[in-house]
Amino acid sequence: MTAHAHAKRPNQLFRNLTAKIASIPMILIALGIFLGGSIWTVVYSFTSSRLLPRATFVGFDQFERLWASSRWIISIQNLAIYGILSLIFSMVIGFVLAALMDQKIRFENAFRTIFLYPFALSFIVTGLVWQWILNPEFGIQGIVRSLGWTSFTFDPLYNADIVIYGILIAGLWQGTGLVMCLMLAGLRGIDEDIWKAARVDGIPMWRTYLFIVIPMMRPVFITTLVIIASGIVKVYDLVVAQTSGGPGTASEVPAKYVYDYMFQAQNLGQGFAASTMMLLTVAIIIIPWAYLEFGGKKRG
Amino acid sequence: MANISTLNTAAAGFDAVSDQVATGPRGRKPRRTFSPRNIMLYGTLIVAALYYLLPLYVMVVTSLKGMPEVRMGNIFSPPMEITFEPWVKAWAEACTGLNCDGLSRGFWNSVRILIPSVVVSIAVASVSGYALANWRFKGSELFFSILIIGAFIPYQVMLYPVVIALREIGVYGTLTGLVIVHTIFGMPILTLLFRNYFASLPVELFKAARIDGAGFWQIYFRIMLPMALPIFVVAMILQVTGIWNDFLFGVVFTRPDVYPMTVQLNNIVNSVQGVKEYNVNMAATLLTGAVPLIVYFVSGRLFVRGIAAGAVKG
Amino acid sequence: MNFRAMAAVLAATVVLPLGVAQATDLEVTHWWTSGGEAAAVKELATKFDASGNKWVDGAIAGGGSTARPIMISRITGGDPMGATQFNHGRQAQELVEAGLMRDLTAVAEKGNWKEVIKPSSLLDSCTIDGKIYCVPVNIHSWQWLWLNNEAFEKAGVPVPKDWNEFVAAGPKLKEAGIHPLALGGQAWQANGLFDTLLLALGGKELHEAVYVKKDAEAAAGPEVAKVFEAAAQARELSMGTNVQDWNQATNMVITGKAAGQVMGDWAQGEFQIAGKVAGKDYSCLPGLGVSQYITTGGDAFYFPVLKNEEASKAQDALAEVLVAPETQVAFNLKKGSLPIRGDIDLGTANDCMKKGLEIVAKGNALTSTDQLLSPDSQSQKQDLMTEFFSSASMTPEAAQKRFVEIISSAD
Repeated sequence: MTAHAHAKRPNQLFRNLTAKIASIPMILIALGIFLGGSIWTVVYSFTSSRLLPRATFVGFDQFERLWASSRWIISIQNLAIYGILSLIFSMVIGFVLAALMDQKIRFENAFRTIFLYPFALSFIVTGLVWQWILNPEFGIQGIVRSLGWTSFTFDPLYNADIVIYGILIAGLWQGTGLVMCLMLAGLRGIDEDIWKAARVDGIPMWRTYLFIVIPMMRPVFITTLVIIASGIVKVYDLVVAQTSGGPGTASEVPAKYVYDYMFQAQNLGQGFAASTMMLLTVAIIIIPWAYLEFGGKKRG
Repeated sequence: MANISTLNTAAAGFDAVSDQVATGPRGRKPRRTFSPRNIMLYGTLIVAALYYLLPLYVMVVTSLKGMPEVRMGNIFSPPMEITFEPWVKAWAEACTGLNCDGLSRGFWNSVRILIPSVVVSIAVASVSGYALANWRFKGSELFFSILIIGAFIPYQVMLYPVVIALREIGVYGTLTGLVIVHTIFGMPILTLLFRNYFASLPVELFKAARIDGAGFWQIYFRIMLPMALPIFVVAMILQVTGIWNDFLFGVVFTRPDVYPMTVQLNNIVNSVQGVKEYNVNMAATLLTGAVPLIVYFVSGRLFVRGIAAGAVKG
Repeated sequence: MNFRAMAAVLAATVVLPLGVAQATDLEVTHWWTSGGEAAAVKELATKFDASGNKWVDGAIAGGGSTARPIMISRITGGDPMGATQFNHGRQAQELVEAGLMRDLTAVAEKGNWKEVIKPSSLLDSCTIDGKIYCVPVNIHSWQWLWLNNEAFEKAGVPVPKDWNEFVAAGPKLKEAGIHPLALGGQAWQANGLFDTLLLALGGKELHEAVYVKKDAEAAAGPEVAKVFEAAAQARELSMGTNVQDWNQATNMVITGKAAGQVMGDWAQGEFQIAGKVAGKDYSCLPGLGVSQYITTGGDAFYFPVLKNEEASKAQDALAEVLVAPETQVAFNLKKGSLPIRGDIDLGTANDCMKKGLEIVAKGNALTSTDQLLSPDSQSQKQDLMTEFFSSASMTPEAAQKRFVEIISSAD
């Protein structure tokens, strides 16, 4: 099977034939599923498909209806709030924890294990635990009330105005450990001499972090940002386990809209339109990042 | 495809720096043990650690209480009377519809899904990564680029096309179908992982083997595989936790009698008969989280390295 | 390991079957997972097993909205179950049109369903192009107000006789620390509450104008405005219930934490399991005590087309079993719903079921919204109602405006 690689003046197609054959699964997945699937979904978002896909094209009707739907608008708003806050908080908390861990502390391994273990748990598990802790009757609210402060109210999962923050708490718990780890890896990648130089110059530590170290960690920050952002777009299990989108439609997210309309409302066209919008969102996140990365460095 | 090459370098960067996580801390040297600075430092870390530990503690404590005690109140107080009944019930007795065999069925289903999925997805991805790193051909980078963009596409976008594809080849609803689904969606990150790893190995090794007349598979099995054991471990940890924790594919691509554990957990928690049994729910939750948690606690550093290298999975 | 070995590994996983099914095993999927429901399913399973086949239970928890997507993706994905529950009406229509469901006309003629199934509208909604595609198993009506008698005693008010008295008792109940109205958080519950209010307070004509004729003018009219006002009152009475599932809300009424719940007759199964007696511990007001109309929706079983002939025979057997008088009695007593046959005696039926039977016998049964609206329109309505009932800031006027839009584009 290896002979082809050595054949003289090989035909372009048959060079490295074994490698090509071995790559067939990858090529199939890349072209057939990721590329083909995306195109298929986008094409069918312009149809009036209900329970089964049908190629009856209706132009932008599905998109018009999508943007007229208040549930979709709420979903987008929630995603924006959740996304922005979870980006900010996980970056800040992750970085601060990493910086603290980087102070030659004892028990570093123990702390790292503790901060990171939630990442090993699924969103379903995360959602269920926090649903229990935030249960108004038995959880935090109930305990504070039983201590005598009877007017204390903390029921994020049952209050439409703040429910998304209840989900955020759980999401941060699950994900910040990972950010911390990435940041710590970034910090450890910084040359010791920089710290020495800063110390010699008498620059206070917080300034060294803010003005020297963080700019140097730009690639880590940007990649972390992309990782968190692409995860945020996919938020689904967490909401399902914690609130099922409630109360009302207050904690709906786009991924759930897609799923519900495709399968529950039996309106595939509407679901495809929503997923096309999600695809667009991902493109909007990835392309500027790539551009930034590309613009920032010389092509290697 | 600028975005892709940068993504690669970034990911490769992770892999490199993550090794340094364990090489030792920087920053200033610690001073006296009880300096205000140390109190601040450890104080903050301990408070943070408590926040992270709290849910685990609550799960354990709640799962060891009887229902009357749970209803009486404080979720943070340790159990007055330790009972293992909720655990027994969650494992062997909790009902969904007429099936009252608890999570045990889901556990074995998950195991049966897990093993072939992990083996097949890693086998396919490692060969692809090897081909991409050492046997580039026309278009190979393009396919890889599409794959990496695929890592960022919301699963929902792919859901229906995959249902159709599986139906067309006649494996929808079977174990094979689910293994294929896990292989597909594990592909981007695993391929990236292997490709970067193989690319980082000295080229001379590969060249020497080629001069000796070794072919694609010979080099893969005799040279690359033995050297890639660490990255195989990382890939395994990633896949074991990822596939075990999967919910969406488990719901869409299986039938009720072969539901994986996460789906059954959700079923049990939502099948309320009378009152919600929070203690049973928490025991069930812990049981479901046990496998990835054990993998995580046992593998420690490798896990850190794995997620740092593979964090693009998102 | 070479490529052939790897292929062997792949092949090995292919032949490893996930579920081993024998010819007469029939997997039946449904979303009946609450205590009362599970007890009722058990009756069906026992009766079916007695016919020499085996009921393989495929319960999917989380209600119809969780279960239906899974059922549909399995049928369209080419991995159909032996039989599956749907709310009959529009939910499975496209599956039937795509030829994925079995035509049961032969079984129906053999069992003379046209004669025995009452009201005939049940069978009508199983009929597409003159062929019968589903088996109705029960009649469910939404228009019930369930009350805990003790809760009213505690609050010092008489047990209400209708919706208006119930609303009037609200403040007293609140003073006594009792939630007046229990309402679960799932969207379909808010939707059902609204439809119930519309039929009870607006009457038969309004129900038909809005949901049968899809008359946008009627939906925009003053009568619907009144219904939305009433819904706003209900919203205030239900604030702070904080549960998700309907049976948890019912449980609040059973335990006296809440005084009442508007819920379909399936709630009765929960009262029964808890050992409560109709008329003594709890009261029920069909049509909310205001009107004497109920809608008859219900559950039905559909049978996907299977390649396996043995399994197809088992499907026929199950269809027969479901309609059989003994099954109907046993199942419906446990489920708290009404039987689909007019020719059987529910001697052991309790007060509430008898009230329901009387209404059906009088011919005051209307078609339910599940049969009148497409799932797409119902979803939009659910989105609106759950939003309305969970946020006190949404005015009845604003909600009605959106309601009109949904009705005018409904199909």
